[in-house]
Formats: sequence, structure tokens, C-alpha cells
Amino acid sequence: MIDVLIIGSGGAGLTAGLSAKEQNLEVLIVSKSYATSSQTTMAQGGINSALGNVTSDSVELHIKDTIKSSHGISDISMIERVCKNAPNTIEWLDRLGVPFNRTKDNKIAQRGLGGASSKRACYAQDYTGLKILHTLYDSCLRENITIVDEYFLLNLIVEDKIVKGATFLNIRTGQVEQILAKKVVIATGGYGAIYKNYTTNATNSTGDGIASVLRAGGRVSDMEFIQFHPTALKHSSILISESARGEGGYLVNSNGERFIDELLPRDVVSRAIYEQINTFNQDVYLDLRHLGRDRLLKLMPQEVHLCKIHEGIDPADELIPIKPVAHYTMGGIDVNSNLEVNGLKNCYAIGECSNAKIHGANRLGGNSLLEIITLGRFVAKELSKDLRDYSVSDIHLKRDREYIESIFNKDSFDKNFYQLEANLGEKFYKYAGIKRENSQLNILLNKIEDMKSSINNIGIVDKSREYNSNLIEFLQFLNILDIGEIIVKSAIKRDESRGAHHKIDYPKEDNRYLGSFLFWIEDNKLKSQFKGAK
Amino acid sequence: MEILISRGEREQRYRVPFKSVTLLKALYHIKSYQDPTLTFDSNCRSGVCGACAVRINGREVLACSSKIKSGDKIEPLKYHKVLKDLKVERVEKDRLKNSTAWLKVYRKVEVTSKDVELTERQSDCILCSSCYSACPVLEVNPNFIGPFALTRAYRYILDPRENNKKLTIDNIQSNGIWDCTLCGECSAVCPQNIDPKMDILKLRGEASQFGYLDPNFMNLSFNSYNI
Repeated sequence: MIDVLIIGSGGAGLTAGLSAKEQNLEVLIVSKSYATSSQTTMAQGGINSALGNVTSDSVELHIKDTIKSSHGISDISMIERVCKNAPNTIEWLDRLGVPFNRTKDNKIAQRGLGGASSKRACYAQDYTGLKILHTLYDSCLRENITIVDEYFLLNLIVEDKIVKGATFLNIRTGQVEQILAKKVVIATGGYGAIYKNYTTNATNSTGDGIASVLRAGGRVSDMEFIQFHPTALKHSSILISESARGEGGYLVNSNGERFIDELLPRDVVSRAIYEQINTFNQDVYLDLRHLGRDRLLKLMPQEVHLCKIHEGIDPADELIPIKPVAHYTMGGIDVNSNLEVNGLKNCYAIGECSNAKIHGANRLGGNSLLEIITLGRFVAKELSKDLRDYSVSDIHLKRDREYIESIFNKDSFDKNFYQLEANLGEKFYKYAGIKRENSQLNILLNKIEDMKSSINNIGIVDKSREYNSNLIEFLQFLNILDIGEIIVKSAIKRDESRGAHHKIDYPKEDNRYLGSFLFWIEDNKLKSQFKGAK
Repeated sequence: MEILISRGEREQRYRVPFKSVTLLKALYHIKSYQDPTLTFDSNCRSGVCGACAVRINGREVLACSSKIKSGDKIEPLKYHKVLKDLKVERVEKDRLKNSTAWLKVYRKVEVTSKDVELTERQSDCILCSSCYSACPVLEVNPNFIGPFALTRAYRYILDPRENNKKLTIDNIQSNGIWDCTLCGECSAVCPQNIDPKMDILKLRGEASQFGYLDPNFMNLSFNSYNI
């Protein structure tokens, strides 16, 4: 039994791995693809810390902005922990060699992002996540940390509520294997891929860790809170960073008019764009032309490149057609202040899959990279406590082997799950998107329940054992169905508007909902409970 | 349009209903609606995760960032073990361990904008392995560290926070900087416009400051002495 098993190899997982190694723990990181292919590479704008290198700032202001944006359903002590530790986090990354941009007086450069009262986001051009992740990866190689690639998480191994490891499908061989550990960290990322074709997220962001916690009896919370990023490219949903507006970009409609302060929080800006498109029948564009080609190429080389390839336009000369799409999932695995999963022991969750109650109803740009590194480091201290070996029954491995076998043995099905997935993505965008209504949410819930009840009608065509991506995508789709049901049920329960959750019939915040809806599975039934905010 | 996709020993022709489309979108269309057994890698769709590099008509590209035309031939990367169809066994981890491309000994020092700019491009690398696939040295020397791992070594050697440049320089001598033929194929295919050939040249300059000489040149002079 190894000391620590970390499931997920993005910024949170690699940070936890490095920090656990610093504590002299034996650590294994498992990735469903490759570490450097993770969602963290896509974080562009920056990582927040009140360094005040460019404009005057303070930790108190950072805390205040984050609390304000969370709309009352965050845990203030968690926000304080993350914001107070932010300068240490940046220093730690700087020591690993992250190439942050610098000011003229050789301090780490900072830029403004939406909802921030100061220029607070440390950045490395518009490749902040990429450069942080790759530096973490290089550091893991230096520390000789074992990263196992292409293992797909099936189930947590749980006995008497104690997590003792997990079962995986070894994608290369097609075999089901188990990895036993004294402590397990889930760092598997968010569930944005549920909005298929209407999300900036990678196709892999299917909430596998969250679904596994649900199956293991752990709790999830705030699942209805999904952030829509105001500026994705219209035809491909590819992200154009908030830094484009932070650097002075405008949002304009078909008449060339600006209609919103571009640097308001993402939920407000997304709703304004949605209204332009759906109520006023306008197209909406991001206008960067006045920034000039040289500045664009220096500060946002990636954005210029993406506009050319996916939209066929040059942002130095032309308007960028945009739409808001799903970008970040605030909800996730419910954890306590030590990041231990609610309902399970020896199991922790960090990063986007976790609901550490920092972002609440709406995340600020630059706070997600901050969270994954800061709490990735924090969790390591928890991991070293009370480490002990456990005996484990082999029933879990047998059960999951039989399960995978049953998928291979199923031949008669008539529905194509890829088609269902695309259909579901579109429905989620329309019915569980920027503006919601109970009647539409109920239609969506029926649709999901229909799909779940006809699961025998879907399956895999590819019957090969090795590298069966058809099988992996099928398992991801099943995870999406479980999570999707909870998103919709939670959204139906919340008859108010708060942050990213906006209900047309209930346009205001209602104090009766000042808290979180928790969901879990007990006796094969989905249960829920409302818990007031701290 | 019709495209031809390499599937192990054979090739398969697929028809996709698009006039203008990225290769990745076409691959997903095939997998979702025609042939779920077709196997390829991808994740971010936006050119930063490095997962979807393949070859179109022999040229290394990112599937997500390249448009296709009728008749294009799609193949996996070269010098990688092909696992299935377009999916290959990735080499990054081994190669980066060979070149030991990481910060060895940190020192606290002022970093200037100029310092950051010096390796801004090099640190844009997404580890897609396109350069590795394009490198002809690997045809004759499979142990060659390869372009991306050398570029990354250069990125750390130039970092003013590095207090032991020599250690990295030492580690890229054998099967490293002197084995490159400076043909520039790596630089030509890099989707991030990184120039590994130039980085390798500069690494040679750095190495000479630590007393290393071009072993080819040394062999040459030794031979001429014998003659």
C-alpha cells in the first residue's frame, strides 16, 4: 500500500504530488491522459495574489472581492486561507522556475481581470496555466515522482466509509487494476464537458472523480453553479481570455455600440451578452483593434493565433464574433476545511472537482489557478497525518472486472451515445444555461431520466481491449449522465438568482437559499439536503 | 471530401460532409457517426494540450489547428511506437528525463523583463512531439534526445534563477547537442513557432564556455592528424 494516490495530473494533482514528496511521502500520480494535456494548460489570464506590484492592493481587498463575487455561499475562512497564502504560492512557483512576466522594476507583472479592485493577476503572457503546469511537470520529473499515464478511474475502493485506493481501467491493456493507498487525493477536474460544443473546456472534463465519489457514498454540493465565460469564439466555443478585456478590449453589438462595462464579473457580462443575442437579436463581438497589432502580438499571441485558425479573422483588423459558453464548474465534491471528502475518510478533493467553497456562486478570474496551487500544497500537510496500512478485500476488483466485461458482452443496442451526448450538450446550454426556467429544467430532467432508463440501449461498437477510446468515452458519458441529473435537480430546487445561477422567474437573491444543496447516494437512491452557509 | 487515414498496416478512406473543417473536427465526426473504432488523441481543441499532433501528407501538424482538403493522407507521428491508428506512445517523459530540463539549484536573483523574453518562446512549448517526429537524426540514432528536450534544457539554462547551469550542460552532451545536423526540420513544423535548431546552436555556444568542444570536429582533426 503506497502512502498517497493522487488521481488527476493537472495543476492541482501535480502540486499535491510535489508537496507530498516534500513531506517525504511515497506518492503516485495517475492520469487518464498525460499530465501536460490537462485542462490547466488552457488557463490563460493569470493567477491572483495581492502583491500590489502594479497598482496598490492588499490581501484584505482580495478577500473582499472574492467574498463579494461568491454571493454569500462561500466559506470565508477558506477564502481567507487562500488569499493570505497567495503571495507564498507565487513565491513557491517562482522558485520552481515559472517564467512570470516582469514589470520595469523587475517585479512580477500583474494585470486586471473582471471583478478585481486592483491589478492582481500574475501572468506569463496569455499562457499562464500552460507555463505553470509545464514547470510543475518538469519539477515532478526532477523529484522522480511516478506519473502513470492513461489509467481511467473506475471506482474508489471503500470499506466502512474508509477509502483505501481505487480501481482503474488500464487504457493501454484494457485490464482493470487496483491501486491501494493509505490516502487518496482526487484532482480530476470539473464537469464542463457536459455542455458539449458549448464549453471552452477540454473534451476530457467529464467529472469522473465527482461521479466516483457519488458512487462511493460521498457528497457533492453547489452543482448548479456553472460559470459561463463571456467571450468564446462564436463557431468553435474556443476561449478568448478575459485578459483581452483586462487589457482594454471592448464588447460591441451589431450596431457597433458598447452595452456593458466589460470588466464586471463574468456572470453579469455573460447575461448582458446573452440578452443582446437572444432579446435584441444582435451579434456580439470583441473589439481589440484599437490595441494595435504590436501590443496584441506581445500580450496575447495565443488569442491572435486562435482567432485566425478557428474564426478566420485577424483581431488586429477585424471584430471577433463571440458568445458566452460554459467555462468553469464551481460545484463539486463537498469537502471540509481540511479538504477531506464529506461522507468518506482518508479521501481528499482539490482543484475544480472539489467544492472548497472559495468561489461560491461565481468565480473570479485568476482565482482558480490560485486555488489549485494553494490547496494542492495545503492538502499535503493533511496527507502525512495518521498514515496506516489497511487490509482490502478483492471484491472491488472482481466487481469492476465483471462490470467492464458486461459492457463488452452487450451487443444489441440501437442508440449512438455520441449523438445523445451532443444532444444533451445543446439541451444543457439552452435549458440549464445562462438563464434558466423551471419548466425547461424539468424537460431536461425528463430527458436525462429517459436516457438513464434506456441505458441498455447504448454501448460500445469497438470490442478491442487495447486503447479502446470508444469504451473510455462511453464510461465518461455515463459519468456525465449522473452528474447532469444532479446539476438539473439542484438548479430546480434553487428558486432564486445568485451569481451564475439565474432564474428568469426568480430574478433576485432570496435569503432562504443562502447555502448549498448537497446530494449523495444512499441505499441506491439519490438524496439531497440543504445546508446553510457558514 | 474524402481523406485517407493510416490504420496500422492498412489505410482507410473516409468521406466527411464538410467543405472547410479542421482535421480534429473531421476525426470526431468519423468516430461519432461512422466508425467508433477509429482511435486518435485530443483534448483541448485549441492548440495548447499537445495531444493531437499527427501528420498530414507527411507534415507534422496539430489536428485541432489544421484544416484539411480532399485527398489528404493522415498518419501518426514518426519515431514513436504506433499503438493504434493515429495514437502513439508518447516519448516526452523519457526524453525530458534524459535532458534533465528543470531548474537544478534555485538562487534568489532579480529577474528582468529581458530575461523572461529571452526564453518566452521556448517556454511556449506544448510537448506535442511534432519536432521529434520531423527530426531525421532519430532515423539513424534512436537515442538522440531530440529537439523539444534540448529546447527545454536551453530554457532552464538561460533562467537567471538557475545556479548550476553546468549540470544541465553536462547532461546534454551524449546523444545531445552535437548529434543535431542543424537541418531545421524541427523549427519548420513547430506549431508554437519555436526554433529548436537555433536553441541547439546556442546551447553549443553555452557548452563551449564550459570547455566542451564539438566531438565531430575533434574526430575530424584526429583523423587528419593520422593522415
